[in-house]
Amino acid sequence: MQLSLGLPWLPWHLRLDALAGLFLMIIGLGTLAISLYAPAYIEEYRHGPQPLAVLQIFTGLFIAGMELVVLADDAFAFMVAWELMSLASYFLVTYQHQHAANRRAGFLYLVMAHISGLAILLGFGVLAAFGGAFTFAAMRAADPGLIWSSVAFALALAGFGMKAGLVPLHAWLPEAHPVAPSHISALMSGVMLKVAVYGFIRVVFDLLPAPHWGWGVALLVVGSVSALFGILYALLQTDLKRLLAYSSAENIGIIFIGLGLAVIFIGTGHTALGILGLVAALYHCLNHSLFKGLLFLGAGAVIQHTHEHDLERMGGLLKPMPWTGLLFLIGILAISALPPLNGFASEWLIFQTALQAPVLQNGVMRAVIPLAAAMLALTGAVAAACFVKVYGIAFLGQPRTRHARHPHDASTGMKLAMGLQALACVLLGVFAAPTVALLERIPAVLLDARLPSATQLGWLWLTPIAPEVASYSAPLVVLGVLAAVGTWAFIRFWLRPRGKVGALRRGPAWDCGFGPLSPRMQYTAESFSQPFRRVFRPAWQIREELVKSPLESPPFWEIRYQSQLGDITWNWLYQPLARTIQRAAQQVGRLQTGHLRHYLGYSFVTVLVLLWLIS
Amino acid sequence: MDLARLSLQEQAIVALAALILFTSFALLAQSRLLAIVKTFAWQGALVALTTALVGYATRSPHLYVSALITLALKALFVPWLLYRLIHRFKLLREQETLVHSGTVLLLGTALVIFSYHVALPIEQLAQSSTRPVIAVSLAQVLLGMLMLITRGKAVSQVVGFMAIENGLFFAAVAATHGMPMIVELGAAFDVLVAAVIFGVFFFHIRDSIDSLDVDQLHRLSETE
Amino acid sequence: MVDILIDWLVALLQTLAFVVLAPLFASLVKRVKCRLQNRRPPPWLQPYRDLRKLFGKQVLLAETASPLFRLAPYIVFAVTVMAASVVPLFAVDLPTAATADAIVLVGFFAFSRVFLALAGMDVGTAFGGMGASREMLVGALAEPALLMVIFTLAMVASSTNLSTVVTALLHQGVILRPSLLFALLALLLVAIAETGRIPVDNPATHLELTMIHEAMVLEYTARQLALIEWAAQLKLTLYAVLIANTFFPWGIAEDIAPLSLLRGMAAVVLKLALLGMLLAIAETVVAKMRLFRVPGFLALALVLALLGMLSYNVLEVT
Repeated sequence: MQLSLGLPWLPWHLRLDALAGLFLMIIGLGTLAISLYAPAYIEEYRHGPQPLAVLQIFTGLFIAGMELVVLADDAFAFMVAWELMSLASYFLVTYQHQHAANRRAGFLYLVMAHISGLAILLGFGVLAAFGGAFTFAAMRAADPGLIWSSVAFALALAGFGMKAGLVPLHAWLPEAHPVAPSHISALMSGVMLKVAVYGFIRVVFDLLPAPHWGWGVALLVVGSVSALFGILYALLQTDLKRLLAYSSAENIGIIFIGLGLAVIFIGTGHTALGILGLVAALYHCLNHSLFKGLLFLGAGAVIQHTHEHDLERMGGLLKPMPWTGLLFLIGILAISALPPLNGFASEWLIFQTALQAPVLQNGVMRAVIPLAAAMLALTGAVAAACFVKVYGIAFLGQPRTRHARHPHDASTGMKLAMGLQALACVLLGVFAAPTVALLERIPAVLLDARLPSATQLGWLWLTPIAPEVASYSAPLVVLGVLAAVGTWAFIRFWLRPRGKVGALRRGPAWDCGFGPLSPRMQYTAESFSQPFRRVFRPAWQIREELVKSPLESPPFWEIRYQSQLGDITWNWLYQPLARTIQRAAQQVGRLQTGHLRHYLGYSFVTVLVLLWLIS
Repeated sequence: MDLARLSLQEQAIVALAALILFTSFALLAQSRLLAIVKTFAWQGALVALTTALVGYATRSPHLYVSALITLALKALFVPWLLYRLIHRFKLLREQETLVHSGTVLLLGTALVIFSYHVALPIEQLAQSSTRPVIAVSLAQVLLGMLMLITRGKAVSQVVGFMAIENGLFFAAVAATHGMPMIVELGAAFDVLVAAVIFGVFFFHIRDSIDSLDVDQLHRLSETE
Repeated sequence: MVDILIDWLVALLQTLAFVVLAPLFASLVKRVKCRLQNRRPPPWLQPYRDLRKLFGKQVLLAETASPLFRLAPYIVFAVTVMAASVVPLFAVDLPTAATADAIVLVGFFAFSRVFLALAGMDVGTAFGGMGASREMLVGALAEPALLMVIFTLAMVASSTNLSTVVTALLHQGVILRPSLLFALLALLLVAIAETGRIPVDNPATHLELTMIHEAMVLEYTARQLALIEWAAQLKLTLYAVLIANTFFPWGIAEDIAPLSLLRGMAAVVLKLALLGMLLAIAETVVAKMRLFRVPGFLALALVLALLGMLSYNVLEVT
């Protein structure tokens, strides 16, 4: 479709294909949830210094921008929509701009969004130069050769990766997500990151010619590093939304592992396996948009109730907020990749793809792919620990502050929004095989090939390669667990000796006889992750401080422990980079002498050089 | 090539090669000096056993002699020497401070894959049926070097050096069924002399810098 | 139709056998340990008596416990039973084995671990949080090692279905695979860590700052405690069967003729008895480790599993 929008000689093209359809669905689901959620949630901002209209208008623009990105069929429309999305979300991040921290986070976000936009623009530039036009159809038809397509690939990886939050280009993520209003965080983390992934898939699998397997190795490395670092940093956070932001970096890493496997297998001629990897990655995109949206919305409900961002000041929230607690539990089970929920199904598919590595000719690849799978396994296990921490500290135990105590669950709209996403998480997990059958149409459009056997045995069974190689039937698993519980209930309620066992009795907790409990005796978020901190020490930059000061009576001391967690990429990447840029700027600054005659001299030299060039 | 097509002896050789690789990793991960020496002795014994097996499988009796020499030197004499030194210097409870041990192990894994990549063309040239073992021996050499780089104590440096020697010897056995006897005897003699010289040097180092930590050696430099 | 019915019946029977016989395996380990340590062993059926006694008691619930705490034992038990249904005990190729492969099995273990840890944190005691934190640490390191062992097996047998893996290993003949050797060693270490045995955790300890599993379940009483204990015994048996039947698959029934089923049962009982004795001996000889030695122990498992995977790709296929 061609629109008469844009510049007169450069009309916008829009197109809706299967890939765009999936991502439109992701955007739509996210939008549906937040439109149920926001009316009750933004009550809090009604009395704030900023007008609500700003929030509403920019939310609308943000969503429109994302949808246009997905629909765009030429680089021009894509970039305009992309910038609309970036700018609108910038204003949403800095909505509460009375706090300096928010302005700083917003600035970082803006800078990184523009660098990423620049990289994408250059990437499109390379493609357009060979295609001769800005339309995607022209780019698709052109063949830039291996070197230039690798350049375009690298630019796309840098640009889209920065927007998607791949480590080490993730720096804006943990800054911008926590300061935005929660439903906006849900939209940004659940949906906008996926739009970046969409752009990447569009460029690599659609616009570029057949991918080279070397790109897949790069994706695999970047994805594994991102997944592991993301979750290790998430594990140590005590700010709920910051933790969720780091976990987004982890999940994007998992998606890129899937994409890397797809590229490797397609690049070496095993198209069917490549499609499996692509389907797994797309599946995880969908899943992450749902459970991360759910968790951010849940976090919003918690924050609205307790007015705290810090896990250390929550606790026991399951009692005042039973519904939020239940839905949040589904979210953490899904994100920890536990069967039969949806996070598990997509990771299982990635594992299955990786396990087909022995079909490859190249021995190095055969050894590297299982290594990436091992990293993914470690990531999944640490993620479980991380989210047990979140749930255990925030929702279980005893309330640590007064706010956490009084009963006040989320309002109906908010519960409905979260319930919708939780339901989708469960359904997508249990009905994995039909989902894969639907997702499989996307590679069918992009690559003209289909999966031979994913749903060969019907909707009950997921058999990605062949039934005898691997099969998984989530509905039967659920049925099995229900049967076990049912059998138990039968024994317990019909066959038990009547009258012998009374109803349960409540009493004080036993706790090895240590006496009355106080909320201060509980494990804190920091103490929960302490063993991990010891084991994976080199991954972080931690400053610890122990301040001992004597109290009035000599044998007693007041001991205060402080720890600060810094992102290691700041030291290794951003600060050296910033210093280099600063130094370069100083060198350039020497040109600025302030004398008018010098500037005239520059112009004169420029004219001379230009004349010489032209002649 | 599939493992199932090899004879049982050759399978055993491959399995032993894998075990030797494991001892190399164990050397990288150990922090106690005594444990390092013990692991090294096990590695020597495994190399000797593999040599004997190769000798049996290829009917080359001179490999039995090399196996015996390896056993005597690397599984018994050198470990005994190091053990005595550790006792003499009262280093029984001495520990290396391993920094980034996880990273080192990952690096080791990368080295194994790398040496596999490098050894692939060589393997295609070798006539021996246990070709994959060449990659392992190369990996062992590289892992020994990694150990030399990451360790600070003189004893573990010696072990790292000897592990490299083990790897070279193993490569010779695996690729060409051993070197000519005279070369082998020469190499064995070199190891012997090296061990003795190391022993003597320990005393000197200890006398001059009062420690067996090689990181302290820079104090000997005159240009501070 | 009748065939399918019989298949399912045998599968159910196998799962039931797992559930019923698990306490017996725990009893065996305990008895051998007692003998080795010159103590008088409890009778063979002691675990069953304990369970019966616990089921007959009134539940005493902590005041601060939430519904999740009450629900957790049932979930943990049901999921462990589900895990038992996919592990071949005395016969392969049963219909339940196809519902979930080995990776899903690991997922089941993770699921029950997450709920145990959540239940541990629910009451709000210091011990509960401590146990949960440590259990998640052990799990976080043991799970990747376990998955890598499974990857190795899956690549050797080119399938992740446990039943297919067992059949493939049964028919491969005598091959000395270094990858399987490493995988076995790694799995042994993982099993010890995951089932909370010495030297990682001590199932007999209480009131100590070293405990992991027991610290989490400290607040449970009566039938809830019984279910958790039973699930723990079941998990121990599961790991033992996993080791016995994948690495030493001899004797397992490949069809459902009564004779081969009987042979399969006899074989698995024999294998389990041997493994149980081995575990008892190991627990008698080895001392419990400090908690922060455990990551080293599990790192060894990780390296072994990694070497298993590498040696398959480097040494065994070219």
